[in-house]
Amino acid sequence: MTQLLQLEDRFQARIDAEQKIEPKDWMPDAYRKTLIRQISQHAHSEIVGMLPEGNWITRAPSLRRKVALLAKVQDEAGHGLYLYAAAETLGVSRDQMYEELHAGKAKYSSIFNYPTLSWADIGAVGWLVDGAAIMNQVPLCKCSFGPYARAMVRVCKEESFHQRQGFEIMMTLAHGTPAQHKMAQESLNRWWWPSMMMFGPNDDASPHSAQSMRWKIKRYSNDDLRQKFVDVMAEQAAVLGLTIPDPDMHWNADRGHYDFGTIDWKEFDEILRGNGPCNKERLDARNKAWNDGAWVREAATAFAAKRKSATA
Amino acid sequence: MQQYLLHIADNALILGHRLSEWCGHGPALEIDMAMTNISLDLIGQARNMYQYAATLEGDGKTEDDLAYLRDVPEFRNVLLVEQVNGDFANTIARQFLFDTYHYFFQQQLCESQDPQLAAMAEKSLKEVAYHLRWTSEWVIRLGDGTIESKARIQRAFQDLWSFRGELLTPALYETEAVAAGVGVDLGAIKTAVEQKIFNVLDEATLVRPTDGWMHAGGKTGRHSEHLGFILAEMQFLQRAYPNAAW
Ligand SMILES: [Fe+2]
Ligand SMILES: [Fe+2]
Repeated sequence: MTQLLQLEDRFQARIDAEQKIEPKDWMPDAYRKTLIRQISQHAHSEIVGMLPEGNWITRAPSLRRKVALLAKVQDEAGHGLYLYAAAETLGVSRDQMYEELHAGKAKYSSIFNYPTLSWADIGAVGWLVDGAAIMNQVPLCKCSFGPYARAMVRVCKEESFHQRQGFEIMMTLAHGTPAQHKMAQESLNRWWWPSMMMFGPNDDASPHSAQSMRWKIKRYSNDDLRQKFVDVMAEQAAVLGLTIPDPDMHWNADRGHYDFGTIDWKEFDEILRGNGPCNKERLDARNKAWNDGAWVREAATAFAAKRKSATA
Repeated sequence: MQQYLLHIADNALILGHRLSEWCGHGPALEIDMAMTNISLDLIGQARNMYQYAATLEGDGKTEDDLAYLRDVPEFRNVLLVEQVNGDFANTIARQFLFDTYHYFFQQQLCESQDPQLAAMAEKSLKEVAYHLRWTSEWVIRLGDGTIESKARIQRAFQDLWSFRGELLTPALYETEAVAAGVGVDLGAIKTAVEQKIFNVLDEATLVRPTDGWMHAGGKTGRHSEHLGFILAEMQFLQRAYPNAAW
């Protein structure tokens, strides 16, 4: 027992000294479990996130947009790969993580359970959703777990590119024809609140946060990050000439921040419970891709084994 | 010349579009990304070609006018590239049959007396060499993999074999392009294309389907029913919101 306490003390001391924890280092079970849960959820989010955006690849309105969107969705696949690889260093396999996802046991970001109904949604997702993702993820580049931190450095570079691309789509639409402007505003109306929920529950309702902060997996609280998001987006919406659908949003000179309205957490909870508009479609699509691909993966394995025994 | 450029561009765009339908739904992440890479290459090649065609047409035409504002009879792609994805084996067989043609086509196009075409071909050839290597490997892997994968890829070749002929049968604008010294003489690449196909099928332990009836028509605008749906989807926004910039 005392030995365990000593290990834990030394572990915490390394974290306090901002040293990176590497896969072979000793770590508390709870730290390992927390990271596996968080990194695999993050990886699943990248993969499931390909679906709502992929929904517009074949309908992109110009060849330039088509190529950019295709490349973006491909980036998300790459993010999934880095993250699954980071989680694997903690002793869980990609197939195990997939199984949990496909069985509906693993979570992924609820935002991807909303539908992309217009081309403007591709802009809004890039601008707001990738924007919120960046705010959540930039601090993760300094996460105490080395492989996760390093994966996030690569991911964040690409996310900021996605965000600029999304903003540029919104800019084009907002300053386009009246019909395009309307499309952009309508899209902002639908995506604003779900994006605000991406930072998770309010701090007083977020029980795991304190431990994650101590372990330096998390660096800022949910509410702090949300405030930062609001402050940036309020200014960007003004540049776009679009209106954020929150009548309570005002600049508060005393706080030096924008005030904003209360979030409807009931909607958030329902989506977590599986009742979002696209929960079923997303999971079905992942399962279908995986099941339809089983014979391909089996063939690749069988072929590799044949070649190996032929050269052995 | 215009028809010739559109033919090359349309082949690349429609096949790239078909492949892009896989994005997010592939059998494994790595395969998904590889198919998207090929799709991106093909659409990139189509763009270069449309841009060139648009400058020749003048009149302020753009690449998007050519991709989004022509209807089915004006498209000049071969029937093979507009066929549905089907299962992964079908997609691979379709891609492989196109890649074998495409590789030797681009190789010859490098010799075009039109310096623009030759330069584009040089760039495309590098990409297509990779496509051909990737699809050849998959044909072999599926052919020599499991009983199921062999049955699926064999069937896919059976189904698509009759679309092979059109690739190597010149339309009038192709013959004219050859006469003008800018186009590829399909007769000159036929043997190399077929030899490559046969070699890979052999290595994959697959049976070579017998040559029978060969479909044709795409090169002159008589398409299958599929192209109309591809265009309906692809062109939706441009058609629904005319004269908007995106
Ligand atoms: Fe991402
Ligand atoms: Fe992204």
